[in-house]
Amino acid sequence: MIVEIGHFALILALALALVQTVVPLTGTLTRDASLMAVAAPIAIFQFVLVTTAFLALMYAHVVSDFSVANVYENSHSLKPLIYKISGVWGDHEGSMLLWIFILASFGAAVAVFSRHLPNDLRANVLSVQGLIGAAFLAFTLLTSNPFMRLLPAPLEGRDLNPILQDPGLAIHPPLLYLGYVGFSVTFSFAAAALISGRIDPAWARYVRPWTLIAWIFLTLGIAMGSYWAYYSLGWGGFWFWDPVENASLMPWLAGTALLHSVSVMEKRDALKVWTIFLAVLAFSLSLLGTFLVRSGVLTSVHAFASDPRRGVYILAILVFFIGGSLALFAWRASALKPGGIFAPISREGGLVLNNLLLTASCATVVVGTLYPLLLESLTGQKISVGPPFFNLSIAPFALILVLSMPVGQLLAWKRGSFLGAAQRLMFAILAGIAAALIMAALHGGPVLAPIGAGLAIYLIFGSVVDIYSRVFARGATSATALARARGLPRAAWGASLAHAGFGLTLLGLAATGWGVERIVNMAPATTYALGPYQVIYDKVEHRKGPNYDETYTTMRILDDNRLVAQIEPSKRFYPARKSETTEAGIKTLWLGQVYVSIASEKLDGTVDARLYWKPLVSLIWLGALIMALGGLVSISDQRVRIGFARRAGAARAKAGLQPAE
Amino acid sequence: MRKLLATFALMLAMMGPVVAVTPEEILPNPQMEARARDLSAQFRCLVCQNESIDASDAALAADLRKIVRERIVAGQSDAQIKKFMVARYGEFVLLKPPFDTSTLLLWGTPVLVVGLWALVMLTRGRKAASEPDVPPLNADEEASLARLVESGS
Repeated sequence: MIVEIGHFALILALALALVQTVVPLTGTLTRDASLMAVAAPIAIFQFVLVTTAFLALMYAHVVSDFSVANVYENSHSLKPLIYKISGVWGDHEGSMLLWIFILASFGAAVAVFSRHLPNDLRANVLSVQGLIGAAFLAFTLLTSNPFMRLLPAPLEGRDLNPILQDPGLAIHPPLLYLGYVGFSVTFSFAAAALISGRIDPAWARYVRPWTLIAWIFLTLGIAMGSYWAYYSLGWGGFWFWDPVENASLMPWLAGTALLHSVSVMEKRDALKVWTIFLAVLAFSLSLLGTFLVRSGVLTSVHAFASDPRRGVYILAILVFFIGGSLALFAWRASALKPGGIFAPISREGGLVLNNLLLTASCATVVVGTLYPLLLESLTGQKISVGPPFFNLSIAPFALILVLSMPVGQLLAWKRGSFLGAAQRLMFAILAGIAAALIMAALHGGPVLAPIGAGLAIYLIFGSVVDIYSRVFARGATSATALARARGLPRAAWGASLAHAGFGLTLLGLAATGWGVERIVNMAPATTYALGPYQVIYDKVEHRKGPNYDETYTTMRILDDNRLVAQIEPSKRFYPARKSETTEAGIKTLWLGQVYVSIASEKLDGTVDARLYWKPLVSLIWLGALIMALGGLVSISDQRVRIGFARRAGAARAKAGLQPAE
Repeated sequence: MRKLLATFALMLAMMGPVVAVTPEEILPNPQMEARARDLSAQFRCLVCQNESIDASDAALAADLRKIVRERIVAGQSDAQIKKFMVARYGEFVLLKPPFDTSTLLLWGTPVLVVGLWALVMLTRGRKAASEPDVPPLNADEEASLARLVESGS
């Protein structure tokens, strides 16, 4: 019954989404305020319905109702509760429902938090949001319905893919989807602006918090996915340039460019066309990512061709939204008046360079990901585009980007002085060079490692120069410094934090060059040196988990005979799916990690294992966390806080003035 | 229960090497081994999804790693080994596709995007420089300006 209620709620949500698309738009076209006013309540009610559907599916998973095909395929009565819950989005149908749930949540959030928006803008935004919702609701109901029943109901489920039985599944997809789908809001704003043909700094101020929210979640989602791959794949790789990863990187690059472009537009009324284009691009790439992951086209072009129903449908959605918005863009972009002018060497100029580098990297990733698919379907020729290609082609962009990030922060709006910026960066430049030389002398290693570390140090110091010099300018006592620090705009703090976070990630990446790897057959009670530590393998044993059997080893990590930690790298066997997972033993020591995974147990009591010492590796993800924190600080800036605009709007209304939109 | 676990352990042991690069594969000469690792990272495991033979658990990947190492020991150069792999498995085996007519657009994209951008910026910059920032006066404004000038003189 509950499952049927969920199913029905989803169908009703589709109907409402269609109403949400048509009615408010008709309202703005005919200037009928009552039709426009319908948008917000419908968006909220649609959210209620989708939430009902989502909870109904979750209920079916939690009570292991195997008469629901989706539960039967992906669950097992013995599965721990957390994986019963996260298993809801462990497969295609559930993922789509999560996607829709998050989309509806954003729709409702826009409805609730955008009371201060001009009526027609708000109506148009929600209308576009409704259209996206309708497309995906129809897709899910027609081709990927999670509420299908099985008759007769099986007694036991087929269990969730063991690789997915991990806390990572509970965190990674929701974060990633919050990022992907968050860009639907900026997309809707862009489409609404194109429909009305009006765009100004106020528009940029409305869009900025939404852009930041999507960007923060996407950053966290990518970082979380990377860490999950790192600890679960058994050899400590954290980024593979896999099409699925690229699918999340593409909108991130476009979104990062958008974030910077929006701030230019807000402050200087410049780069309007670019901002709109990037807003369209970021969500288009989210859709492209959804298509790549969800259509099966990646597994093989042939699998896609043999069961094309889903793929073709998503492709149609993709073509409709990307094509439609680009057509709208081409039609309307010329109507957008260019705003403030600026010299090439200026804050704006720096941000234009940022846009160029990020979009070029983005284009490289897009083409590299799609090229093998297109080439094979067009000519039948099979090629691989893997990590060596991406590393080589992205590196130059990344290099220029890192070098120019601190410079851009120090340039003045309109017209800046490059020499002045370079002078203020002198300390950061020297620190970077010194770090590179010292690391090269101390550790050697591959050439790229000290260079990368030097760049990272330069970036970290360079990112805080602006804040530092503003806080500790001439004659600063600790009290005035504190007051000044408080007085600085939060957005400046946010930018510095995010840039420094990127520097930390870079430092972590560079330090992989100094990692130690040992692939050995470990005998019990023998000491194996591993970087600054030693590892002793004690014993191998077996134990039973809730729905798996585990072979685990006990190992000690020593620092010159002093016991530092004990780890239990293991392998698990899941009988329901007859498959195996590797659980690495990981110990974070300072910022580095000892990482051990076992491959196979020999009859003589030895084990084949891979041992790693990964110095500073945790910085890769800590850096991403700090980047996200920077975004959060930036949102809290009064200037972009949603409530601020609302109060300003109320003040205007009180004064009986028309908003100057 | 213990018996079951023991059989299970035996089964695991008999499955043999199931993970990328096993200790037995490693060459005694560290330089050669480093070369083998570098090369392996550039070859695709043909039966996997986007994995190099260095990282893959598949049996085929293990075979290919062995071939790479045998050829290194036999004194072949990296280029020779790559050539051999391509002859045997096609260009699909290379994770870094070669630069030729069919991959022109792939390798050209970064350059193309930057080039296009530079072009747009240059033409727009020139246009902006040649066009005055202020729109020219229209007829009415011209007339009122003339009136002002006249009345002032």
